[in-house]
Amino acid sequence: MIEARDAYRHFSGRTGMFSADRVVRAVDGVSFNLAAGGVLGIVGESGCGKSTLGRMILGLLPPSAGDILVEGQSLAKLDRRERARLIQPIFQDPFSSLNPRQRIREIVGLPLAAQGSVSAAKQRAEVMDMLVRVGLPAEMAERYPAQLSGGQRQRVAIARALVLRPRIVVCDEPTSALDVSVQAQILNLLADLRRELGLTYIFISHNLAVVEHVATEVAVMYLGRFVEQAPSEELFARPRHPYTRALLESVLTAEPGIPIPDVGLGDSYPDPANIPSGCRFHPRCPVATARCRTETPIGPRPGGRIAECHFAD
Amino acid sequence: MRPVLEIENLRVGFQDGTAAVRGVSLKVARGETHCLVGESGCGKSVTALSTMNLLARGAKRSADVMRFHDRDLTRLSDRDMARLRGDKMAMIFQEPMTSLNPAYTIGSQMAEVLERHRHVSRAKGLERAAELLGRVGITAPGMRLAQYPHQLSGGLRQRVMIAMALMCEPELLIADEPTTALDVTVQAQILRLLQELQRELGLALLLITHDLGIVARMAQRVSVMYAGQVVESGSAEALFHSPTHPYTRGLLACVPIPGKTPRDQPLGSIPGVVPRIGAGFAGCAFRDRCTHAVAACAGTIPRRTISTEHETICTMAAA
Repeated sequence: MIEARDAYRHFSGRTGMFSADRVVRAVDGVSFNLAAGGVLGIVGESGCGKSTLGRMILGLLPPSAGDILVEGQSLAKLDRRERARLIQPIFQDPFSSLNPRQRIREIVGLPLAAQGSVSAAKQRAEVMDMLVRVGLPAEMAERYPAQLSGGQRQRVAIARALVLRPRIVVCDEPTSALDVSVQAQILNLLADLRRELGLTYIFISHNLAVVEHVATEVAVMYLGRFVEQAPSEELFARPRHPYTRALLESVLTAEPGIPIPDVGLGDSYPDPANIPSGCRFHPRCPVATARCRTETPIGPRPGGRIAECHFAD
Repeated sequence: MRPVLEIENLRVGFQDGTAAVRGVSLKVARGETHCLVGESGCGKSVTALSTMNLLARGAKRSADVMRFHDRDLTRLSDRDMARLRGDKMAMIFQEPMTSLNPAYTIGSQMAEVLERHRHVSRAKGLERAAELLGRVGITAPGMRLAQYPHQLSGGLRQRVMIAMALMCEPELLIADEPTTALDVTVQAQILRLLQELQRELGLALLLITHDLGIVARMAQRVSVMYAGQVVESGSAEALFHSPTHPYTRGLLACVPIPGKTPRDQPLGSIPGVVPRIGAGFAGCAFRDRCTHAVAACAGTIPRRTISTEHETICTMAAA
């Protein structure tokens, strides 16, 4: 359904008037292949490149190298309207992603209007149908975003994303700005809609507990690369990469009596403009050896498993 | 032993008529972590801010008891309160970038705390600052003292905030969502640090969070807030193993636990939204969202004791 082939995205820019150009390697060689109906969870810390990758999958940023394909077709070859019919986004913050001066029906109807070929009557019918599907009462159509709660706004964003009946939805931290009780409502809604409409999700999140719950496939991103990728159950049951293990240990589950883990990552922070030699994780890795400083662990392990670590087996 | 902080029947109202805090009582003892947990708008931050007397102008605060050791905080003048704040009572906030002054170096901001409260020299202040930066796990403290906040990562800034709060050896530390803006791996480091410091210094820690995972791992005592009230309070053990209030139980069902929550089933969720609480609101604020609501929930609901120090406000607890 959707495939990335060794996709890169580098940004260059100067930090000061006299400093040299700095190349930020935000996405640094990512490949994946996701079947229709699947959910690819992408997890990683801030600055790992997961949102840049999300924008590339949406076709908003062309890759510097490599390619992203939907149903075998390169995204670069599709025009904006065709892309919109295939892929739609849901963003983190429902407070800034909705135009405060538009009514809900206008917001949800905008993708239809932008297609330029849908009659007004059909637009209205589609919008009302979508509002019902996302669990919003019909009278909300005439309201403005400011009159809605955070959870209701995120439902509006979901309705807008689905009104063109896309095949793929890129959810970038869709519940991070919401309270826990509302987060659960939205996650349940996304799961229902996927089943009803046969959607494929790219689900970007820093919350591993949430990703474990929704994803069929999980990719762990570190400094622009998928350092580990596996079916969700496999990854959570048997993490191979030390970074994945550290992330899993850091999840604080609501179980009292368990101490807070010492993940042992030290206090050096990754910088995508200055990617370490060898294994890019070695400065923080609790099990790194001399080999990790010079030799880059790349490529699938025996058995086809992706885990970019010399000691993953 | 007498608690370090003791609050009884705290009420805070705003000028627009909103009752933000409606009769909150809590205690924090020396060496104890008390977690105040709830969703946005429940009044947990307002409770913390009113303890420090940092509420915005126009907010009205009243309490039957509000005591720090034997000092009555409701009777303290602004000037005396300012002396206490940052000295024996310290607070750290969620976003360290907005609570640090971008125009001054880390060292200058940290030393100022000691200059103001202890009237010591800048050099003495910097010495103590370097010592504390080392204590909170910052390598090369000397270099960090000369840096500005924007030169530090989020995790380092939060360590600086913690170090700054410790400058005068406080007895009470109020931490309002101290790790919410941080990555999970850094969050674990900061929470471990808070725990270590607490043990070492015997701090009374009032920790405000929306994250039940943090509560489970940090708290000895928990108060669950909803719409300005503590709807359930007790030991962490009691709260997680025998939650009584439907809101507490609902919250616990909302958070997935990897490997335990079934993947192909929907998560528990709480329907509806938090009501707006104005003056004269009566009954249980949760009743519109509660599956167990009965007619009695619209009346006055007394606080009930379930077991030692485990209390709730719910009509069900009567049965």
